[in-house]
Amino acid sequence: MSDFVDSWGITLAVFLPVVGAAVMLLIPREMEKVHKYVALGVSLATLGVGVWLLASFDYDRSGDLQFVVDRSWIDVINSRYIVGIDGISLPLIALTVLIVPLCIIYSLNHVPDPGNPKAFMILILILETGMIGTFVAQDLILFFVFFEVVLLPMYFLIGVWGGPDRQYAAIKFFLFTLFGSALMIVSFLALYFLGAETFDMRALPEAAVGISTTAQLWIFGGMFLGFGIKVPLFPFHTWLPDAHTQAPTVGSVILAAVLLKLGTYGFVRIAIPILPEAAADWAPWIGALAVIGIIYGALACLAQTDMKRLIAFSSVAHMGFTMLAISTLTPFGINAAIMGMVAHGLITGMLFFIAGSVKERYHTLDIAKLGGILKQAPHLGWIFGLCAMASLGLPGLAGFWGEFPAIMSAYNPAPSLPVETFRTYMIIAAIGTVFAAGYLLWLYQRTAFGEPKAEFADTPIKDVTALEWVAWLPLLILIVLIGLFPNIVFSVTDDAVLSNTLSAIATGVGAG
Amino acid sequence: MTAVLGSALMTAASEAGDFVSPALDYHAFAPEIVIVGTLVLVLLVDLFTDEENAWALPSLAGIGMLAALVPVITLALDGQDRVMFGGAYVVDDFSLVMKALFLIAGYIVIQLSTNEIAEGDYHEGEYYVLMLASVLGMLIMASARDLISVFVALELLSIPAYMLAAWRKRDFKSNEAGLKYYMMGVFASAIMLYGMSLLYGKTGSTKLSDIGAALGGAPSSEPVITLAIVFVLVGFAFKVSAVPFHTWAPDTYEGAPTPITAYLAVASKAAGFVAMINLVFIAFLGREDVVEPLMWVLAAITMTVGNLIALRQTNVVRMLAYSSVAQAGFMIAPLAVVGDAGEEALTALVTYLLIYGAMNLGAFAVVIAVSRKTGSAEISSFGGLFEYAPGLAVAMTIFLFSLAGIPPLGGWVAKFVVFRSLLSAETVSGAVLAVVVAVNSVIALYYYANVARQMWMQPVPDDDRTPVRVPFAIQSALVLTVVATLAFGVFPQMVTRFGDMAGQLAAVAP
Repeated sequence: MSDFVDSWGITLAVFLPVVGAAVMLLIPREMEKVHKYVALGVSLATLGVGVWLLASFDYDRSGDLQFVVDRSWIDVINSRYIVGIDGISLPLIALTVLIVPLCIIYSLNHVPDPGNPKAFMILILILETGMIGTFVAQDLILFFVFFEVVLLPMYFLIGVWGGPDRQYAAIKFFLFTLFGSALMIVSFLALYFLGAETFDMRALPEAAVGISTTAQLWIFGGMFLGFGIKVPLFPFHTWLPDAHTQAPTVGSVILAAVLLKLGTYGFVRIAIPILPEAAADWAPWIGALAVIGIIYGALACLAQTDMKRLIAFSSVAHMGFTMLAISTLTPFGINAAIMGMVAHGLITGMLFFIAGSVKERYHTLDIAKLGGILKQAPHLGWIFGLCAMASLGLPGLAGFWGEFPAIMSAYNPAPSLPVETFRTYMIIAAIGTVFAAGYLLWLYQRTAFGEPKAEFADTPIKDVTALEWVAWLPLLILIVLIGLFPNIVFSVTDDAVLSNTLSAIATGVGAG
Repeated sequence: MTAVLGSALMTAASEAGDFVSPALDYHAFAPEIVIVGTLVLVLLVDLFTDEENAWALPSLAGIGMLAALVPVITLALDGQDRVMFGGAYVVDDFSLVMKALFLIAGYIVIQLSTNEIAEGDYHEGEYYVLMLASVLGMLIMASARDLISVFVALELLSIPAYMLAAWRKRDFKSNEAGLKYYMMGVFASAIMLYGMSLLYGKTGSTKLSDIGAALGGAPSSEPVITLAIVFVLVGFAFKVSAVPFHTWAPDTYEGAPTPITAYLAVASKAAGFVAMINLVFIAFLGREDVVEPLMWVLAAITMTVGNLIALRQTNVVRMLAYSSVAQAGFMIAPLAVVGDAGEEALTALVTYLLIYGAMNLGAFAVVIAVSRKTGSAEISSFGGLFEYAPGLAVAMTIFLFSLAGIPPLGGWVAKFVVFRSLLSAETVSGAVLAVVVAVNSVIALYYYANVARQMWMQPVPDDDRTPVRVPFAIQSALVLTVVATLAFGVFPQMVTRFGDMAGQLAAVAP
């Protein structure tokens, strides 16, 4: 049995969703129920495979790649089908396989206009294949393909099922990301030809040592654009508020919970380990953009009148913390960043779920029109409160472990980085948390406290439904659980960060 | 006077010895012979049957195309390079890969034409005869390794195409299409012939390998040689619709019957590239000092201008025309690093042509199928297609995003091999061109996605939701192209190995 999971586990998890999507293609469109349940079944089966992988994972060797499969794929260009999981990818894969079935459960009776659950569910399943594939790929070209597979389904999810400005938001999302990834693939190829003619991520850190410093800087620049736009880092973030605001609820959830992580994961998995010297040169600039993002995102949040758009801008700020932690190039920072990714995925995902449910009940997300949610739908109000607290970094909830270590890591950046600069960043970021508390509490106060506005005073607002409970409980439990026992994430990532992300830093840059 | 000339010829002949027929390798000629046979057969059948039996003609022509594939496959399995006429006509792996592309593209175009030509009150027999003749020219082009056979092949493939472009003869736009194409084509031929004459004058041979040997060693400062190379390449730049020689393409594409547009955009363009490859890799071998800058500039402006104009199109055929101009820019790009990338550039170009053939023919197939219902090729006529013809909409989406180069659809492999060849040169100019290609593929996405947007996100115009009836012939073409586009993207090995096979061209040149 363990043989099977070793050699087929990952492949099964990656391709099960797309096989399910292919089966759904053959089922007539009118059988909407069947489509919903087939999609749910497939995503639950994928979750099952994911749990199986999680259970078979050897946590004592979390620094090593496990379940590695290495098969020939495109011989002519020397690219292979290499997949594997280590401590860095494990939490993100777990997040992905969990979020997708929850989204499908939530959509069972929430398929947004114009309906057509067949297409909607098929796109979500293709999206899942792309996301899991990106986190397991250990070959640059394979990574690139999965990284891009995500774009098409998301484009259609936003463009077909989104809000009034959906078409503009969808194409903006697509163009921004494609611009980054087009330059990223150029970087990958430059790496290939200047390095040791391999796309194998396991071998590349050594193979890339001989590349001249100038070339390294340029190559890192290409990757920086590819991943930075996806994160999104200030000033490339402008696609995000539009995409989030216009996307259907489930689309926003997946976008926030998983898609943004593809960018930060790329930095941790590819850009920094392969080009540590260039990373050290770029780090102060990345850190600067990160803290600008923190402050800018927070200020933008304070100015928003739309609840969903506010949450979207809070993503810019939160991903800023993650990027700041990454830019320190220390084990502590990178661990904090991965924790930040998981926490942000859970919390912001939840916030978008809540925004979707509020919209469904009140038919508006205009903060000025909302009020008294706690009175009309107490459960919804309390869940919203919990998530807002988690998002602003209240100790005891997951958000704290994403934010606090990130700020702390900037106190002691890697030896080759300018300490004063990073300590300045630390102070600015700390101020950012005050803003975060400000905009989240103010949002909560305006929408949940007080009396319902006259417009909705007599409208019966139903509280959290059974399906919503099913979709939300796992996330809420995890937010609390990780808040109380952060070590369930840190213990998995720590070895992997040391051996896979920063091995070259420890020997190369640290000495120089 | 005649007597003098006659006796002079006689002496010349007797001096050269008695005419000896060159050894003919009938196996090597078999694809061309099958096509000639089919052509004659179609002509005769057309002559001796009446209107009711005209349906047999496209079937015959299609079967002929497929039958010609058989000797292509046996030759490929045989694996032996066959050289005839003292090196003027070569059957190697490169030529076989290209012949297969021409025959399959020809077959698909016949499938696309069947209903349009049968229903449109056109002469059916002549249409298929001309198409077979044009494909014959392409087959010869793939093997031609001599200036004269290159030229003969070019005219043989072009002249029928001029007529086919004007086939809707009661339509002014189609007349304009044919005439414009003809005038521009003849102009290009003239320039190219002038270049060829300079080449012959300078090297004393029409054989590409001899020219290559003579030019490679010539001092690089001789302006006549530069002029000759530029003229010949510019001649083919017209054929592949590179900017600034692209002006015929949009009008011709719009006016011609849509199947012929597909034919011009795929097969005819590929034939132009085949000639360009032969010239660049054999005749101009060692003259990168001239070829590279010319191709760099051509590639950069072709893709940029093509893309920018495509952004503004409201007619889907014109949009595809400008997109095919831009795609030509992507295909020329590897030639800009031919000196350093060598075989890599050739492999990239051939791989691109194969993938481009599948996805572009597919896109035209959908346009033909949809316009049979809507009677229009405006982009807005695609509004809400997903609602009443989800199959066609999904197929078109696959082709469009494949053209844009989004994984896992075939087009990404095409873009990837171009990037790969550009960066394998490890020169700054190669890297800069790669960035130009990257930026352009983002621009291109916008207009491809715009059509997808119409199909998925816009309301149906006039609320006319009657389903689209797709004739069987077009269905089969669609299945073929969709499967190829998806398979090339997920298992790139399927197509890259043909590109790799074709990469052995340079080694064959004697």
